Parts: sequence; structure tokens; C-alpha cells
Amino acid sequence: MRKFLRTIFLIDLIEGLLVTFHYQRPKYMCTDQYPQERPKVAERYRGAPRLNNNPDNGETLCIACNLCALACPEKLIVVGSERNEKTRRKELTTFTYDLSRCMFCGLCEDACPVDALELTQDFELASYTREGAIWDRQMLEDGPKPTKYEF
Amino acid sequence: MPDTFLDSTELVINMGPQHPSTHGVLRVILKLDGEKVTGTECVIGYLHRGVEKIGENRTYQQFAPYVDRMDYCAAVSNGLGFCLAVEKLLNVEAPPRAQVVRVILTELNRIASHLIWLGTHCLDIGAITPLFYVMREREEILNIYEKYCGARLTTHAFRIGGLEYELYDGFEAEVKAACDFIAPKIDEYEQLLTGNRIWIGRLKGIGVLNAEDCKQYGVTGPMLRAAGVKWDLRKAQPYSGYEQYEFDIPIGENGDTYDRYLVRMEEMRQAIRIVRQAVERIPDGPIMGKVPKVIKPPVGEAYVSIEAPKGELGYFVVSDGTTQPYRVRVRPPSFVNLQSLDKMARGSLVADLVAIIGTIDIVLGEVDR
Repeated sequence: MRKFLRTIFLIDLIEGLLVTFHYQRPKYMCTDQYPQERPKVAERYRGAPRLNNNPDNGETLCIACNLCALACPEKLIVVGSERNEKTRRKELTTFTYDLSRCMFCGLCEDACPVDALELTQDFELASYTREGAIWDRQMLEDGPKPTKYEF
Repeated sequence: MPDTFLDSTELVINMGPQHPSTHGVLRVILKLDGEKVTGTECVIGYLHRGVEKIGENRTYQQFAPYVDRMDYCAAVSNGLGFCLAVEKLLNVEAPPRAQVVRVILTELNRIASHLIWLGTHCLDIGAITPLFYVMREREEILNIYEKYCGARLTTHAFRIGGLEYELYDGFEAEVKAACDFIAPKIDEYEQLLTGNRIWIGRLKGIGVLNAEDCKQYGVTGPMLRAAGVKWDLRKAQPYSGYEQYEFDIPIGENGDTYDRYLVRMEEMRQAIRIVRQAVERIPDGPIMGKVPKVIKPPVGEAYVSIEAPKGELGYFVVSDGTTQPYRVRVRPPSFVNLQSLDKMARGSLVADLVAIIGTIDIVLGEVDR
């Protein structure tokens, strides 16, 4: 009998609708209004790569040891270096990072012994051309410059 | 009156590969008699990336990010399976702290995977509302991943021998808060769906697969448990210290789509129970075991299977003593479970077929690899 009445008065459907209408209240909105409000990205987020410079003198921290290129599963890092005859040390000349094949696994930054290569919190990496996704040393040091929209 | 009266010719049509309810790029060739399905044939391989072959050309550490991309809804479970297989080859074990963190993250992943399954399955059936709710709950879990390991979907959270990242400040509190947030929401989904007459009408008695068929097809995971078989690798052959946690294995009775729904809902509750126990007992200590920088396992082979959200996920790794595996074979749960589609779909209607594909919980990235 009880089951019959529940069927007649559509109780099962109304119970479900209660949940639906409960969440109609504006305080339950949980959509981020990107790009007006930008998401807070976690500190460990693996986004755009960056080559760090020494903050004191502006020289690159990279010692051109090639460990990141060896650690990379996709082999997308190419490190160019030449030996300085005076100091007998390797010096970084070029650094190419093919972002179009990168899967942001973080193995390169794990491998870096001097914290020069780092995956940062920048996440807007779109470019108009395929070549735009291949970053050279200058681009890696400056970081991406996404368009900031004003509203 | 004979059956052939007013008979029409048999119709063969393609369902997919571009079809919203095939959960990816699955193509099913349907043989139809009117609305009735008289035969199906799955065509897979549209998302084949040769992951197993890639594994032969990468070192052990380098291959770990690729396994995340097979079952991308449960990337952490995939990573755990591969790490356990290589650890077995190396004969090392992750330290206790790493094991507990692994359990927490994989169980959270189980909830996230089941939530995605629930949302997409409901969407297939026509209940659009739960999809938005599950995304909201899943966000809590993904935020924990993002803070812990820096990625949300393809996490690469575990390394061979333990963990790469130490826990961040407030990890325990956030995991507890996520559990407290999600647990009542599961009751809400049940309020929305379990008693709903349309939901019951669409699911009850559809796609029945009994225990005997499940065993013949090698079906594992929630589908097997819904048929009434109490089989869970976390209990049957515990790994990563699962024997220390108290949880039940939910089972169904009829093995139909509705039972699989109930089993998965209960599994989410049990996963929350495990996470709550685990987060209380994170021991101090190292997070990385004694693993050399260059991993060169001795010649041999190892098979490790774990209970992924979709079923038994096995990794068979053969080492020839070099830094690269000689062969990596994956036993993906959705690939094996998909083989039972024909058995379930024969005799049902086209609309039921959508429900049946949804209930298998396939991820095409894992089926095709």
C-alpha cells in the first residue's frame, strides 16, 4: 500500500528533485569565471618550463651537464654548450625545449642538479604556430607572456 | 503466427567511433532486427599508441609517465601497478610511509574514477544532473593531486621504490576534509538515482552477466562483484599493506546493470573508509627505498596485478639486465571486460546497449593502449 502511494504521488522523483533544487541557490555556484578570475595554481604545479638565472648577477644557473636531456622520455631537450678555454668549464650556449611533445612528467626538473630547469606554474601555453611551441633559451628564461584580458 | 510475419531485413549499422555514448572511440558494428540487437562486433584500435612498444625503448623511470596515459581516469592506479612490478623485479619494497601515502592516493583515485563513471553513465541514460555534481566532488580530489604532485590527471605521482614528493603541509587535513565533503554527496546521488523509477526501469535486468560467464570471459572488478563473486585483489593478494585496513567487499546478486551501479556506489564508501583509516596512520620515515639512480634489474620477469577501479590491472615486465625493459605487457581491465559486451547485448534493445557500454566502465585509452 505504502509503495503504491509512493508511486502515485511520484515520491521517488520528488526526492531527486529536492536535491536538484537544493543546489539552485547561488551560494552553491562553483564555476571559476576564467579568464576574469584566474585559478590559483598549486606550488608544485608542473607547467611551462623555465631556465633560472642567478638572481644576484643574472647569469644562468645551468651548467650544461645534459642530464635533463638524458632524463627526458621524449628526448625533446637539446642542450648546446662550448668549453671555455680560460676556466676549462662547459658553458651553455643554446637550450631548446620542444613543448609540443612535452608531457610535463617532471623528470627533467628532478634530474637537474642545480635547480636551473624548473616547471613553473604558468599554464597558458597556446601558440598560433607549431614552431611557437619550440622554445629557445631566451623564451625559457623569460617565460610565457599570455595576454592579460581586462574586464 | 510464425516469427517471420511482417519480418524486415536485418540491418547492419555502425555505432561509433564518433558517438557520445561509446565513451571514446569505440566502434561497435551492430546487427539489428528492428530495435533488437542480434549481434555486436567491437572494432578497437582507434586510440592505439603502442604504449607497450614505447616501454621497450625507454628506461624504467622514463616509462612511468606513459602508463598514466592508459587509464587516464585512474592514472595513479596505473602508476602503482607499474612501480610495484619493477619493485618486484628489483626485489625492493617501498618504505612504510610511502606505502600508506600510495594507498591514500590510489583510493582517492578510485573514488574519482567511479565518480567519472557515474557521471558519464548517467549522461548516457539521460540523467544529466549528476554529471555536474560529480565534477564538483572530483575537483576536491584533483586539487589534492595538484598540490601533492603537481598534476591533476596524468599525475606521475609514484616513482619506482617509493615517492618523489614529500607530503605538503596540511595534506592530512585536506584529505579528511575531502572525505567529509564527498561522503554525504554519495548519499545524494543515491537519493537522485537509486529509487528513481526511470533509472530502475532503464537498468534493472539489463545486461545480465552471471558469475559463470564472468569467469569465462575473465571479467574482473565491480562487474564480477555485481555477479555475486566476492573477489577483490586487495583482499585476495594484498599489496602495499592493504591487509592492515578494514573494509568490506560489496557484492550484488543479479549481475545486472543496476547491481553494478550499487556495487560501485558502495565501493566509493569503502574507499573513503580506507582513506580515513590510512590518513590516521601515516608513519614517519623515508619516502624512497634503496633504489639505485640507474635502474638495472636482474634478468627475470615479474607479474604484478592490482585492483584498479575497473578491475584487475596487471603488469608483466621482463628484464634482460639492461636499463630498458625487454617487454612490458599490460593486462588492462577494461579491454578484458569489454569482451563480454556481445554476451550482454545480444537480445537487448539499442537503447539498452548504451546502458551496457556505460556499465562496463571502459576507458578507450586503456582498451587500445
